[in-house]
Amino acid sequence: MPPRVCVLRAAGTNCDAETAYAFTLVGAQAETVHILRLREQPQRLRAYQVLAIPGGFSYGDDIASGRVLANELRTCLREALLEFIERGGLVIGICNGFQVLVKSGLLPRLDGRCEQQATLTDNRSGVYEDRWVRCRGDPRRCVWIADDQEVELPVAHAEGRFVASEAVLERLEQAGQLCLRYSSDTCHNGSARAVAGICDASGRVFGLMPHPERFLRWENHPRWTREAPRPEGDGVRFFRAAIHTLQ
Amino acid sequence: MPVVRIDVCPLIPAVDQHLLREAALLGLTRITALYRSRYYLLRGALDAATAERLGRELLADPIVERVLLRPPPCPGRRVIEVQRLPGVMDPVEASVIKGASDLGIRLDLVRVGTRVEVAGGSDADLEILAWGALANRAIEEVAIDPAEPIRLREPAGNARQQRLEVPIRHLDDAALLELSRRGCLSLDLEEMRAIQAHYRALGREPTDVELETLAQTWSEHCVHKTLKGLVRYTGPEGEDGPPRTRLIDNLLKSTIASATADIAAPWCWSVFRDNSGVIDFDGAWGVCMKVETHNRPSAIEPYGGANTGLGGVIRDIMGTGIGAKPVCNTDVFCFAPPETADSALPPGVIPPRRLMQGVIAGVRDYGNRMGIPTVNGAVRFDPRYVGNPLVYCGTVGLIPRSCVDKQAQVGDWLVVIGGRTGRDGIHGATFSSAELSERSAQTSGGAVQIGNAIEEKRCLDVLLQCRDAGCFHALTDCGAGGLSSACGEMAAEHGAEIFLERVPLKYAGLSYTEVWISESQERMVAAVPPAKLEQCLAICAAEGVEATAIGRVTDSGRLLLRWHGTVVGELDMRFLHHGLPRRERLAVFTPPLEQPAVFDRPSDLARLLCDLLARPNLASKEWIIRQYDHEVQAGSIVKPLVGAAHDGPSDAAVVAPLLGSQRGLAIACGLNPSYADIDPWHAAAAGIEEALRNLVCVGAPLERVALLDNFSWAKCTDPQVFGALVRACEACAAYARYYGTPFISGKDSLSNEFTWGERVIRIPHTLLISALAVVPDVRRAVTMDLKRPGDLLLLVGLTREELGGSEFLALVGGRGGRVPRVDRALSKPILEAVAQAIAAGCAVAAHDCSEGGLGPALAEMAFAGGWGLTVDLAAVPRAGVDDPLIVLVSESQSRILLEVPPERLAEAQRLLRGLPQAVIGRVEPRPELALRGLGVDCQIPLAALKEAWQRLSRSFAAR
Repeated sequence: MPPRVCVLRAAGTNCDAETAYAFTLVGAQAETVHILRLREQPQRLRAYQVLAIPGGFSYGDDIASGRVLANELRTCLREALLEFIERGGLVIGICNGFQVLVKSGLLPRLDGRCEQQATLTDNRSGVYEDRWVRCRGDPRRCVWIADDQEVELPVAHAEGRFVASEAVLERLEQAGQLCLRYSSDTCHNGSARAVAGICDASGRVFGLMPHPERFLRWENHPRWTREAPRPEGDGVRFFRAAIHTLQ
Repeated sequence: MPVVRIDVCPLIPAVDQHLLREAALLGLTRITALYRSRYYLLRGALDAATAERLGRELLADPIVERVLLRPPPCPGRRVIEVQRLPGVMDPVEASVIKGASDLGIRLDLVRVGTRVEVAGGSDADLEILAWGALANRAIEEVAIDPAEPIRLREPAGNARQQRLEVPIRHLDDAALLELSRRGCLSLDLEEMRAIQAHYRALGREPTDVELETLAQTWSEHCVHKTLKGLVRYTGPEGEDGPPRTRLIDNLLKSTIASATADIAAPWCWSVFRDNSGVIDFDGAWGVCMKVETHNRPSAIEPYGGANTGLGGVIRDIMGTGIGAKPVCNTDVFCFAPPETADSALPPGVIPPRRLMQGVIAGVRDYGNRMGIPTVNGAVRFDPRYVGNPLVYCGTVGLIPRSCVDKQAQVGDWLVVIGGRTGRDGIHGATFSSAELSERSAQTSGGAVQIGNAIEEKRCLDVLLQCRDAGCFHALTDCGAGGLSSACGEMAAEHGAEIFLERVPLKYAGLSYTEVWISESQERMVAAVPPAKLEQCLAICAAEGVEATAIGRVTDSGRLLLRWHGTVVGELDMRFLHHGLPRRERLAVFTPPLEQPAVFDRPSDLARLLCDLLARPNLASKEWIIRQYDHEVQAGSIVKPLVGAAHDGPSDAAVVAPLLGSQRGLAIACGLNPSYADIDPWHAAAAGIEEALRNLVCVGAPLERVALLDNFSWAKCTDPQVFGALVRACEACAAYARYYGTPFISGKDSLSNEFTWGERVIRIPHTLLISALAVVPDVRRAVTMDLKRPGDLLLLVGLTREELGGSEFLALVGGRGGRVPRVDRALSKPILEAVAQAIAAGCAVAAHDCSEGGLGPALAEMAFAGGWGLTVDLAAVPRAGVDDPLIVLVSESQSRILLEVPPERLAEAQRLLRGLPQAVIGRVEPRPELALRGLGVDCQIPLAALKEAWQRLSRSFAAR
């Protein structure tokens, strides 16, 4: 039986189709589920091994990016989500999904406390930017990260600057939870410690600003017409690493 | 109910540097610091503790912000507060209400405001800052140092609810015109007389809603009466035949649409009859495209105008057939030069710098939120766009073959899906058919709106589900004219009965006429068979999208409007759709006498090339492109920026819209308004060829290419202006036939002028050509950046002395010159042979020569690839040109540069045999452009060329 993936969709989610497709590429079975269905029957989550919160502008990113959906998860689905995570489920939040995970308190969830401990806020440049960045993973804790090879991925966001107190940053650093960093010259948004993605203490809940689901085929790469061809895009690695741990 | 104010401020206050720079640009140098925060006015059951909780858990980010239940004290600083006028859309409000409800807190009215604390500056400075950088009178209100915050007000007032007749039968001509003017009907005397005659025959007076429905349906915006009317045209026969006077019956049909009919491409599935044109993508799927303008709203409120412009064209795609899925967007803007001094502006005009920023932000916020990549575009500058900028937004969609046809049937329910109806956008269709003036901002504010992209995204999500569940017989968007146009068109063949009181409203108090003609955004109308109504409503309800059956399709041949039981309108469909008197207009085109180009010769070629590249029309648009998501949906293959450092100017976009498939689309555009100043024929030809050249340069074959036309013209009541339009249409038809590339959709926007007092500024005749190609295998695409040293540079095409309308002449302040012509003996053979050479893998880079000519094209290929070039100008295939300056800056058409690996040269030349072509240079490791031959010996560092090309973009990115 292939692992089942729940790709969560809410008003304004817009990367759900390619996120689901990314999971099918690595042998999982992905289904897109609207948040209202999950609110009606939170136990539906039990049918899945993976939960993905895709990119987009949930509820328009009104008030602040991811804020309204984060609150909705926290107030309406908290028990079901914590049960899912405790049971060994994997969670990935990409871009807006990362903002949602952080603002709902599901990431980094230090000391098991489900409250907001960090944030993703306005880029240093003050504007939305679409560009490709290089980043390097730390595979020690996070199941979504295959190895420490540098990868290239696109980012597209206005609020991607990771901010947390020094104490929180230091604890995350020590625990290997700052598991994805921009290579120093491409940290466009001013993130603390060049953070591009973090995971929780279990390593199963992971969020990142770059979009791995937008680099599935080599021809998505901005220099594919001038470099030697590769069999697939770097983004596939994240999905494969996680699904691999389930098989 | 009590109103509570909650302020949200940064924990660590920081000067808003963007705003401070804006203040400096406004000359407000005495302002030394600016701090921005936001506030919420909330009406609902809120005690202090609940308000504090709402602030903490929903409105503020606890890591970087704090919550205050009263405005923060700020001794020594002044305060400006800005909030939207009552009734103006602000999507944040609905999200606050939803977020509060998730916390168990009920709110019924919300307004969000911006608060700015100002250090330094006089009273007058604050006023200038408020209206110059923060607020727009069309949609916002401002309070300076408010003793009390601006209050929370309901959208104003109750409109009359009783049926109203408008006596028209006994009016004389002057009174008819006065009625049209006073009611903003934009109908001329002949049209008013036709309506009068109709009601005289009926023996009754029209009601207000009947008159409004006629005005909307008969507006230039909705029926294109100029392009579809009668024209008595005097002008050359064809490109340069002798002048002749002839009567053209329906310009559109007899030129552009007739060319499409003659080409009779079997892969055209739906042309000129739906919201967009549809062609065959891969047999199972069709691809559709539409480009719209939103010029006038953008002139008055750039953000909202551009925002709703894009929202509108996306709905055109959503409402094609019984529903298509948008896969990418395009945007093309025409502005006055960004450096135009504020003191040089006509009264009532928004400075181009601010206008650009507003337009770009408006497109960005809608497209990005919809999750549709913006993949192609252009920006064109000319001082004549100062009061009347042009904002073109395009959308491409995919549609299953079985969903292309639509036909409402008698008995179907008419269901409005999506947003609610408010008092916004009243008279948009009629407003957009009139010209702009210095008073437009005050008189037409009601026509300006802000979009709510998430409402439209939610709507799209359910529409595709309804479509696939077989719920629709027909579907269309609510655009200009609102429900009146959507329902009127959908039921035109049959008849309809509408219960206006059922339309869901944003707030109470609208009159039935307001409900009927409001252009509130994000609404679609579907014809739903009775057996499917329940399922349709359930699919929408499951995702919280409002859907309401507001009427039915009948077989009465009449449009019956009811309001709480009373019949308030009853219109004969035949009169509504066919009663418009046909206009006969005069049009004249006199071919220009071409003068030799006169200019002061620049002494330094290196300097000249840098200056050309720095011209706003040529310069990098990176600061705009980066603000648009061009990767979402994961189909990006050739991006708008390409090359070693991802910053070179791509000729066209390639996307692979079906995940897992190699089949793709290439999208490009062409736009040459400066050639139209000389002869719109050649501007149209060059626009079409430029779009096709761009497609060829990314490796698209020409076998299946569709074109779209968008005419933005001044007032066609002037026969010369109209003549230029006729001339452009004739050229479009001639070149569409020549290339075998049918037009599948188009739009015209007329009366683009700005008047103040006695003065009039007409925009240049601006024809935007958009081109869409089906690409069998996206892995064959190429990009324009040089790939490796040692490769050869091949130039295909002939260079002539064609400086008319060129960037070079504009740069050096010259005049005259021969306008570039598309040579029909060469153009198509060149494009086809180049496409073949690229398909055969002979070229690893391709770039066309367009604005600025050969010199800028060489520079762009070099700095995009990060490799140098040695070029022998004497080797350039030329016709009567020996001056190296002309070789570098002439804008002759049909020229394409190819980078060819030495081992592929023989094959490339075999494929190009018989055409003007030559190896003119070599790719070099040394990063410079080295020009030799024809007496030139000049080396220009790539860094200098690139710096010049990026200067404008960097200056905007830094703001």
